[in-house]
Amino acid sequence: MTYSFFLAVSLIILLAVLLSLYRVVAGPSIIDRIVSVNVIGTKTIAVIVLTGYLFERVEFFIDIAFLYALINFIGALALSRYFEQKGVEHSRSPQ
Amino acid sequence: MTIVAAFLICSGVFFLFMGAVGLIRFPDFYTRMHAAGKCDTLGSLLILTGLACAEGFHLSSLKLMVIALFIFFTSPTATHAIARAAHRSRVPFWTEEDNK
Repeated sequence: MTYSFFLAVSLIILLAVLLSLYRVVAGPSIIDRIVSVNVIGTKTIAVIVLTGYLFERVEFFIDIAFLYALINFIGALALSRYFEQKGVEHSRSPQ
Repeated sequence: MTIVAAFLICSGVFFLFMGAVGLIRFPDFYTRMHAAGKCDTLGSLLILTGLACAEGFHLSSLKLMVIALFIFFTSPTATHAIARAAHRSRVPFWTEEDNK
């Protein structure tokens, strides 16, 4: 497990985050954006742990990753509950 | 052990990337959710397990497995809650007519 391997893995995950960010910007309804943000948060957990390996401070970064997972879960749950009661505005044609 | 860890991490990255591609390419909300929810859970689980394998017996690897267990429970729960919100507010399904 070398430095360059972790760097390459982090960069590929960041590319996937960039792809998901397209759906956040261009998503037709609010609920598409919520899904994309949840996906990006899950990817970020992996990136945080890999950053810990890059800086050789794994013990600290793992705690940060755990906290991030907690906040990501609660945020997704709160947003979905809010829009379940409020209703989602959507156009008929899904594209 | 290093080879096993590298294999797990590479397959996890593959799943995360394919989930992102599916999130862009699929036509409606429910199919996007299908790609995003499952690929994301499995990819994160594989990456965290691979890092724990690379670490060996250590406190950090135990914490990594705890994070993996947490994601294993919470990510499907969040996906289910979002899909339920969409279904309750009648987000339309993709049909064959939308393709034309």
